[in-house]
Amino acid sequence: MTLADGIPVRVKDEWPEAVGPVHCRTPHYIRGKHGMVVRHLGDFPDPGDIAFEREPVMRSLYHVAFPFRELWPEGSDDELVVEVYDHWLEPEHRA
Amino acid sequence: MAEATLEEERPRAHHDLGGVPRFLCEEIDIEPHELTDFDRQVDALRQLLSAKELMTVDELRRGIEEIPEEDYLRLSYYQKWIRSITATLIRRGVLTAEDVAARIDGASR
Amino acid sequence: MTLAKVLEADSAKLFAAVSGILAERGLVSPQEIVERMASTDRASPALGAAMVARAWTDPGYAARLLKDGTAAAEEAGIMMLGMPPLGVLENTPDTHNVVVCTLCSCYPRAVLGYPPFWFKSTAYRARTARDPRGVLADWGTTIPADVRIRVVDSTADYRWMVLPMRPAGTEGWSAERLAGIVRASDMIGVTVPPAQDASASPS
Repeated sequence: MTLADGIPVRVKDEWPEAVGPVHCRTPHYIRGKHGMVVRHLGDFPDPGDIAFEREPVMRSLYHVAFPFRELWPEGSDDELVVEVYDHWLEPEHRA
Repeated sequence: MAEATLEEERPRAHHDLGGVPRFLCEEIDIEPHELTDFDRQVDALRQLLSAKELMTVDELRRGIEEIPEEDYLRLSYYQKWIRSITATLIRRGVLTAEDVAARIDGASR
Repeated sequence: MTLAKVLEADSAKLFAAVSGILAERGLVSPQEIVERMASTDRASPALGAAMVARAWTDPGYAARLLKDGTAAAEEAGIMMLGMPPLGVLENTPDTHNVVVCTLCSCYPRAVLGYPPFWFKSTAYRARTARDPRGVLADWGTTIPADVRIRVVDSTADYRWMVLPMRPAGTEGWSAERLAGIVRASDMIGVTVPPAQDASASPS
């Protein structure tokens, strides 16, 4: 999957840490939130696999931007940019 | 703020600190703190273990995340590191818990 | 002693025990640790500051720095082999960047050295993602309301440093003199390099 710069995405609202031991690089506060791809940063072996000595799956890594209003109830005009692996992202088709 | 309450009901891992309400009023200590010899030794050991393929940075982080919350918040940065390094080397079979225990006992005798 | 008990041992004793066993088995020698400490100590914010100063005085280098921080660091003589890729975030009149790692303490060590105490603190990691203006205020830094703050949460494979804006009053300064006013906190984004008194002569 390759996501173009500028396309809207949603981060999956999943909580693998509630299921069993994991090493997860997707911070809790962006799960289920809507953002926008800034750019593709490259492809990297999944740290969640390396941390458990599994053969790592290669993941595309994206810089994704979120407005503070999307993340926090108190909001603001500032924004937050996070590195997110592709298997956490769902492309969105906004009307 | 109904949403903020809801957020803390989600099963956040305790190392996953971004925006967590209980820390929002905590002051940041912006003063410089000199590293100790212990800090620098642990840092160097971690680098060497990675270079020798005896552990990865991701395993270091996993081991830090496995430290119970009370200790996670109490221990210093490099105290967490040496704990994770030890746990990782034991898990990988490079050392055993008995090896380490015997060495600690021997040194304190 | 169970595994849990071993891990709860005093940290200094744990280090002595683990490094002692590793040395005995020929896996990591005390000499290697001493040498690695010395080489790690050599990385400092002066490396990043020299890159920033060069970018301020050489538009071609600035463009290369923003496009590929790793290559630009190598061009500045910094060994990046085996280091995580470096990304550089440009402050502009519209956007001010600030870097945090909310999950651990990822820090651009190749160009800034060891992470400072505050960067690793729970307070910085929790608050910066949610209240960056409040965090910057702890340093006495105020970003105008019409300038957007972009918080970069360093969660994965990249390490990020900020390219600050060149402060007023530094017209005609050499790259070397400029490098002297750039601090680690400027390259993380909790401070900005202060305006200089243009009438003052170089010290």
